[in-house]
Amino acid sequence: MSAAREYDCIIIGAGAAGLTAAIYAARRTLKTVVLTKDLGGQASIAGLVENYPGLGKETGLNIMERFKKQAEEYGAEIVYREVNQIGKKGDQFFVKTADNEFSSKVIILAFGLTPRDLNVPGESEFKNKGVSYCSTCDGPLFKDKTVAVVGGGNSALDSAELLSKIAKQVYLIHRGDEFRGEKIVLSKLKERDNVLMLMNTEIAEISGGGIVKAIKVINNQTSEAMEIKCDGVFVEVGYIAKTEIVKDLVERNERNQIKINSNCETSCPGVFAAGDVTDITYKQIVISAGEGAKAALQAYKFLQHKAGKTVGVDWGGKN
Amino acid sequence: MAGIEINDSSFEAEVLKSDKLVLVDIWAEWCTPCKIMLPVMEELVKDNEGKAVKIAKMNIDENQSTTQKYNVMSIPTFLFFKNGEVVKQSIGAQSKEELQKVIDENI
Repeated sequence: MSAAREYDCIIIGAGAAGLTAAIYAARRTLKTVVLTKDLGGQASIAGLVENYPGLGKETGLNIMERFKKQAEEYGAEIVYREVNQIGKKGDQFFVKTADNEFSSKVIILAFGLTPRDLNVPGESEFKNKGVSYCSTCDGPLFKDKTVAVVGGGNSALDSAELLSKIAKQVYLIHRGDEFRGEKIVLSKLKERDNVLMLMNTEIAEISGGGIVKAIKVINNQTSEAMEIKCDGVFVEVGYIAKTEIVKDLVERNERNQIKINSNCETSCPGVFAAGDVTDITYKQIVISAGEGAKAALQAYKFLQHKAGKTVGVDWGGKN
Repeated sequence: MAGIEINDSSFEAEVLKSDKLVLVDIWAEWCTPCKIMLPVMEELVKDNEGKAVKIAKMNIDENQSTTQKYNVMSIPTFLFFKNGEVVKQSIGAQSKEELQKVIDENI
């Protein structure tokens, strides 16, 4: 392995938070690299985004491509590599990928969340053989087929809404007695003839032969079990933070999210975090973008302070 | 453009009867993760110039008989063929190094 490639700032993750941090860091002329598994994170698979101010209706992927272009215009480098290890030696940080090592003075963690599994028999066996975690990705492959959507939040409702336009029949399976998602999507769904909502219902098993053929569901009030024949199961039961990689570096909360203060500082000086991977309440593209900007500005301030310079607030006057 | 474009009718000659390892990227216009993989695939083609591997793509909407035969139900799906057999199947957006590793292990 060659010597570590040196940067001022390493950003991990290229979603709304990571790419905005890259724009801000690069514009402060920090030598910046973004290490990421893919472009855009969750936002890029969101389908149509209708709540990003100023952009009207735009696909998540298009928005993320614009973020990326802007970051690259100011000199940030984007490297498509999965990070295997993050460590600290003295006041330098080291990040390893399978084929390279990178070092930096500051680091910004912005690698978001990962879809939660159902943890039922058959789920892993039929993953990508009918079991899917992304309706905008796999939905069109179920044209005129029967599918089940599991979950009760916004992503489950959006997924059922999209699939109702493609599939012959959609079963929406929710363990609770009411949906947590947006009312506007729910009322659209109630008008669709091919959507059947099963409340207080939990999925117990996914079965088939090579590909998904059926699911077994149980009503959690009556304990009544039922088999539903279907070709696809879309899992939309939320997201979890996978942060084991930084467990020795920064403090995390009980949900494994990275703890930050209001300036995106973690418990480790020089390590900042932004967006969905942190313990902030709301997981939205516009919020992650703002958090990414904060993390980069605070990282810049940290570096200036180390160099013996002070940086005041950015809204006027000396302080 | 990343690699060669194949379809149901050229599949046998280009893939099954190829004397090289063939990586087939199964994709569609509407598939976001497939688009995320475009720059990765372009780099992969460049990195593997002159090596005993053929990198190809196949549109799932236009080539259903082949893709159904291989039970493709999630895209992007990357099928690696050697001597007419699937030696590895890999699904979803992923890093270049993961795909490169499979190539290196099989050529």
